[in-house]
Amino acid sequence: MLIAILDYGSGNLRSAQRALERTGAQVVITADYKTCLEAGGLVVPGVGAFAACMQGLISVRAGDIVDRRLAGGRPVLGICIGMQVLFASGNEHGTMTAGLGQWPGEVTELHADVLPHMGWNTIEAPKNSALFTGVENERFYFVHSYAVNTWDLREEGRLPSAQVTWATYGDRFVAAVENGPLTATQFHPEKSGDAGAHLLANWTRTL
Amino acid sequence: MSLALRVIPCLDVDGGRVVKGINFVDLVDAGDPVEMARVYDAQGADEITFLDITASSGDRETTYDVVRRTADQVFIPLTVGGGVRAVEDVNKLLRAGADKVAINTAALVNPHLISEIADQYGNQVLVLSVDARRRAGSLDDFEVTTHGGRTATGRDAIAWISEACRLGVGEILLNSMDADGTQRGYDLTLLKQARAVSSVPLIASGGAGSLEDFIPAAEAGADALLAASVFHFGKFSIRQVKETLAASGFEVRLTDGGL
Repeated sequence: MLIAILDYGSGNLRSAQRALERTGAQVVITADYKTCLEAGGLVVPGVGAFAACMQGLISVRAGDIVDRRLAGGRPVLGICIGMQVLFASGNEHGTMTAGLGQWPGEVTELHADVLPHMGWNTIEAPKNSALFTGVENERFYFVHSYAVNTWDLREEGRLPSAQVTWATYGDRFVAAVENGPLTATQFHPEKSGDAGAHLLANWTRTL
Repeated sequence: MSLALRVIPCLDVDGGRVVKGINFVDLVDAGDPVEMARVYDAQGADEITFLDITASSGDRETTYDVVRRTADQVFIPLTVGGGVRAVEDVNKLLRAGADKVAINTAALVNPHLISEIADQYGNQVLVLSVDARRRAGSLDDFEVTTHGGRTATGRDAIAWISEACRLGVGEILLNSMDADGTQRGYDLTLLKQARAVSSVPLIASGGAGSLEDFIPAAEAGADALLAASVFHFGKFSIRQVKETLAASGFEVRLTDGGL
């Protein structure tokens, strides 16, 4: 199984690569359009600012890649800002940036005295979550100042409904989403020790 | 349930080797930072911090290699500090597998380096390391020092922390040069003053000597507690620190949850 990690100049990708390799997958870090389209799984990483990440994503035609993959039912995993950009927009200090728009919702600053939200926090996963099976009661490593605190996706037809996992820091916010082939986590599974490895294995098993 | 208080071991690394002696377990190689990071990870460390004290800048490749090998094997956050002078140094460390980079002297010389790094990689990658010491004759007036406390800058430590938060640093690593090495407890006066002005997470460092020392530091508002020799010399383990904190009602991450 080949997993592509989308490389658009964003921070530490090595940890994600090694953590995924631990699950037995073959992992490449690449921005190659065709490889990203055809890989068994695509990981969209991201650290830093929403606007800067979107700029990098646009330069590698990430919106196109994600759309085409999802149309074909091929799994995509967004991590941290890689999750935030899947929403409609990001609001940083009053500046709005359009996201990839897979889900409705605006990414806004958390209301907390100390930011970033940095460290190991608990999560509330829905009972039928496949992603969190076996790690529902574990802590995961978060590093972010912005998040989405609403979930407004209108479910259509007979598609299974999205599974939304929440966490709380100042606000209650979306910590993970499982929505058909599109999965995302606000925390960093690749830095979340054994719990994160377990979660990544849960994901790669679905590929 | 909420965010856990972090417990962080710090390793001094020189030319790719751990500097201070470590003698608490049967290690294959107690001088290998990668091996040590693995041991601390297994003990439940919430992050690992490497302080690179390599004197020669020509040996930086060794540091990147240590970071790469650590990131290959340890899946908790890794902070690397020491010798970071420019944005390009940050880039190299992140690409090697560091999650956060600590800067100290270079930020004092050029505070705008903080915004430059934060603009490029986000504030969450940037830890400002502050070596603070009481001014002579004062009980609660702290100044910033460099070169391991040997050089006083005259700069007010609390004002510097406040300014750094505005410039976009993501975390403060606050090292008390008065408490460092004494094993008499964290400097609570310093911690409380820093907490009052810091809008970012605060790591307390310097002075941990007993399990009981961690509790008042947590009460003083530290988000993370860093220690070195007490762990290296096996005085107690990271797990014991966490159990002590948990017994006092603090949230910690205990890693024996069946995984």
